[in-house]
Amino acid sequence: MSELLDAFAIAGKAFFGFQAIFFALLAIGINVHFGYTGLLNFGQIAFAMLGGFGIAISVSMWGLPFWVGVIVGVAAAVVLALLLGLPTLRLRADYLSIVTIAAAEGLRLLFRSVSATPVTGGTRGLSAFNADFINLAPWDPAGRHQILGTSWSGGELWVALIGWLLVTVFSLLVWQLMRSPWGRVVKAIREDEDAVRALGKNVYAYKMQALVLGGVIGAFGGMVYAVATGSAIPDQYQNANTFLAYAALILGGAARVLGPVIGSMLLLFILQFADTGLRALIDNGVIPEALLSSTDVAQIRFVLVGLGLMLLLVFRPQGIFGDRREVMLDAR
Amino acid sequence: MTHAPQRARGHGEGSTAGRGQVGTSTARRRSRWLRSRRPLVLTLLLAAFTMALAMLMPGIASAANEAVTGTLQTSRSGPIAGVPVTVETAAGDPVDTAETDENGRFAVPVPGPGEYEVTIDPEALPDGVELGDRGESLTVTVGPNRAQPVLFGLADGTSNAGGGSVEAVQLLVDGIRFGLLIAVCAVGLSLIYGTTGLTNFAHGELVTIGAVVAWYVNVQGGIPLIPATIIAMIVGAAVGALNELAIWRPLRRRGTGLVAALVVSIGLSMLLRYLVQIVYGGFSSPYADYQTQRTVDYGVFTMTNRSLASIVISVVVLVLVALMLQRTTIGKAMRAVADNRDLAASSGIDVNRVILVVWMMGGALATLGGVLLGLSDQVQWDMGFRLLLLMFAGVTLGGLGTAYGALVGSLIVGVFVQMSTLVIPSDVKYVGGLLLLIVILVLRPQGILGSRARIG
Repeated sequence: MSELLDAFAIAGKAFFGFQAIFFALLAIGINVHFGYTGLLNFGQIAFAMLGGFGIAISVSMWGLPFWVGVIVGVAAAVVLALLLGLPTLRLRADYLSIVTIAAAEGLRLLFRSVSATPVTGGTRGLSAFNADFINLAPWDPAGRHQILGTSWSGGELWVALIGWLLVTVFSLLVWQLMRSPWGRVVKAIREDEDAVRALGKNVYAYKMQALVLGGVIGAFGGMVYAVATGSAIPDQYQNANTFLAYAALILGGAARVLGPVIGSMLLLFILQFADTGLRALIDNGVIPEALLSSTDVAQIRFVLVGLGLMLLLVFRPQGIFGDRREVMLDAR
Repeated sequence: MTHAPQRARGHGEGSTAGRGQVGTSTARRRSRWLRSRRPLVLTLLLAAFTMALAMLMPGIASAANEAVTGTLQTSRSGPIAGVPVTVETAAGDPVDTAETDENGRFAVPVPGPGEYEVTIDPEALPDGVELGDRGESLTVTVGPNRAQPVLFGLADGTSNAGGGSVEAVQLLVDGIRFGLLIAVCAVGLSLIYGTTGLTNFAHGELVTIGAVVAWYVNVQGGIPLIPATIIAMIVGAAVGALNELAIWRPLRRRGTGLVAALVVSIGLSMLLRYLVQIVYGGFSSPYADYQTQRTVDYGVFTMTNRSLASIVISVVVLVLVALMLQRTTIGKAMRAVADNRDLAASSGIDVNRVILVVWMMGGALATLGGVLLGLSDQVQWDMGFRLLLLMFAGVTLGGLGTAYGALVGSLIVGVFVQMSTLVIPSDVKYVGGLLLLIVILVLRPQGILGSRARIG
């Protein structure tokens, strides 16, 4: 029983940890794309990777200040969004999905390749670029802090604080935007693109703006992740993360401001709880070793996410908070 | 020990030119392969191999101790005797030194399993024989009770004599092989898209599952690869049918939108991919058969016989698929459903049955593609997912939803990906393929064979 409580405590930390922030920011970006505009961006992790490496390369390789790195990351995300959007946004939804997933995988392969090693550090990635930021913390970054039975280092706490601040800011931004005329046009594009075009709106431009906005939010997610872990390694930015963020978004409820945030916290909690809980069950012999060994637990999480994603889409596409009418999407 | 005569015969009947050692268990088969290619073998590029034959060294193998063994020889010089071989532990402590005997062989017992560094003295090599790309020192891992073969790729200059390969042609041929392989996998993807409108992100997992099933039947079950592939294709067809019957048909009946279905397919892809990783494991492993083939020189390019077989099988299968689509009733029905589903249904075609057949065919073809991929690149848990992106590139390039478009597009992607290594490093070659996809979408979004109406 105590192990179950431990699992709960560890999972509780995951509830607020930087990974929840990372997925929340990815999912807020995807919410702008998928939830509000109806764009199928399956390469959100590429934006995050550009954000993280924007800082890492600027600081570690070019010796620029941290804040310039942030700007570089955002600029890279904007460029990627334009590059991806230009050819595909005039086409049907699934073209964007194919191109984005291809671009995300391609960029990761490019970043980890031998020829890119002088810039990106190759498979080992870059590190030691977050000192400027961590040292801004108003408390001792190396000290330990006990909060509700969980232990945090000062640096972790600082990153989490700023991270959640970012989540709040972007949630408010999305909330305000979607109440504005811009948001109404974007939602109308999701519902019926031709009708919007008939009203004289430039659908292509609106889609592009939404793609850029969501991509930039995703880039901030990558920055939080890179700063929190203190390193940027291309293989951390696997495609599966995009789909975890989709699962979080759909769990919370697409086209809802708080949907991606609550969804990410819940998803991370479930993942961490399943992870720790399964390990405890295996160690105690409740689950026989032959059926599942503790090395398989990491993969089981993805299996569960995949299954959960399917079941959610089929039986409750609106997630926890969503409105069913808003998420009955169909590719034209 | 029963393998020794076979091996001797294999060498006797084969050519006298550059012949490495052969794996004992495949000696008979290989000698047949090589005999039929005898004139070509004579101009073989690769000059030397070394590989231990534990069974020919009873003193080492039966003593149940660990050792490193090998043979030094090239086609011109024959076996090289008197070369000092030094073995050190990974930490640099000397273990033992030996000289190669008159057959070019050496065997150094080592104290136990672990990593060892094996070094030969390049000074002692005869004139004209040089170290190959692998250098003079190799690090090997010796398993418990294993005589670990060490392979120094010695060169004797024959690679420049006669024949040889022209790099561009070589890459073109590799690209055609790879493109045909993508096409075999992607035909199903394209037909599924054409008949149901589903962009199936779980198609890569059909490839993986097929390859892994064939691996289990072949390596664990001990059944030769060809029957194992046929068994796996039947399983693959069943998996495809299960996909349709358990997931997609009920979803169509529920009226699930295409975007929702697309996300469901992503969930399915993750589910299956990581299930495969749990069951099969994270390692990459080859099939039991056809692994020790030498490349055969065809003048301007070289190719192993398994690559040649891969090309032939792909072409035959694709021609059969094309014939089926053109001539048979079910093939015509598939094209009709892909063209206009409602019209097909109203003219008496059982659409659900056609879609089921498409899924089964797609599953079986993906399996075959997976086995071919596993044969050239080994079997891995995420091989299908990595191929999926190139399949998408090929299918989109050719025109989503058209069977022939998938073929043409895949071929172009395969050739482009391989040829691009002429100018870009090979570890980013997939990026080139994906760039090609983006460029083609700018220039001709409907693909090469697609029709304008499909792109919306």
